[in-house]
Amino acid sequence: MLQGIAFYVLAAVTVIGGLLVVTARNPVHSVLWLILTFFSAAGLFVLLGAEFLAMLLVVVYVGAVAVLFLFVVMMLDVDFVRLREGFAKYLPLAVIVAGVLLAEMVMISLVVAQGGAAAASTGPATPNPDATNVEALGRVLYTDYVYIFQAAGIVLLIAMIGAIVLTLRHKPNVKRQDVGRQVGRDRNKAMEIKSVPTGTGVKPEDLV
Amino acid sequence: MVVTLQHYLAVAAILFTIGVFGIFVNRKNVIIILMSIELILLSVNINFVAFSAYLNDVSGQVMAMFVLTVAAAEAAVGLAILVTFFRNRGDIAVDHASVMKG
Repeated sequence: MLQGIAFYVLAAVTVIGGLLVVTARNPVHSVLWLILTFFSAAGLFVLLGAEFLAMLLVVVYVGAVAVLFLFVVMMLDVDFVRLREGFAKYLPLAVIVAGVLLAEMVMISLVVAQGGAAAASTGPATPNPDATNVEALGRVLYTDYVYIFQAAGIVLLIAMIGAIVLTLRHKPNVKRQDVGRQVGRDRNKAMEIKSVPTGTGVKPEDLV
Repeated sequence: MVVTLQHYLAVAAILFTIGVFGIFVNRKNVIIILMSIELILLSVNINFVAFSAYLNDVSGQVMAMFVLTVAAAEAAVGLAILVTFFRNRGDIAVDHASVMKG
C-alpha cells in the first residue's frame, strides 16, 4: 500500500517535472525542473532496490551535470525569447508524433511485461541480507564487465580532454613562461661581444 | 495497489516521449535539446533498473551505470561545443549551426 502511494507520487513528479523541463519559458527554470525530475527518478530507483544507482543519479546528475547546465545557461547571454520562435508552429506535429510513440511504447511494454522474460516475475527481488546492492553490483562490475568498465573510464577521459580542447583559448597578448626556451638558452644565443674602438664610444643605434 | 513491471515501463515510456516531444518543440534552443536527451537517457535507465529488479539480475544496473557515464560525458562535450559555438557566433540558435561545417 505504502509502496504504491510512493510509486505514484514519485512517478507523477517525474513526469510533470519532465514536461515542465521542455515547456518552461526560462531555461534556468528548465534546469531546476530537470533537477526535480532526476531526484524523483532516484526515488523510483530506491523503490526498485537499486540504492547505489539512486545515489549515483543524485551525485552525478544533480551534483555535476545539472550544475554544469546551470553554469552554461547563466554564463551565456542569450536572447531566449527569440529561441522560442516556432514553439507553436511545431506543437501539432510534435503532439501527433509523441502520441503515436507513446501508444506504441506502452503497447510494447504491456506485451513484454505479460509475455516476455519477466512475465513470471512476481515483484521486485527481495533484498538479499548477505549482499547489499553495492556489493552485488561490485561483484559483477569488476569481474564480468571489467573491460567495459575500463572502456567507460576511457570514455570519460576522452570527454574531459575533448571539453578542455574545445574551450581552451590562448590569448595573444599574454606572456607565459616557456620552460623549454628558458632551459634551451645558452651563452651563444644570450650574449654577443662587440669590440669597440678606443675613443669613439658606443652610439645607441649600434646596440641591437 | 501492487506496483508491477508495467507501471515502471509506462513511466519510462512517458518520459522518453516527453524527451522526443521536447526536441521537436524546442528546435532552436540547443540547451533544451541537450536536456531532452538527458531525459531520454534517464527513461532508458529506468527501463534497465526496472527489468533488473523484476528479473533479479544485477547486470541491468551495471548497464544503467554505463549509460549514466556516457550521458555525463555527452553533456560535458555538448556544453563545451555550445560554449565554443556561442563564442564564435554570439548566439546559440541551431538553425545557424550549418556554418560549422568544414
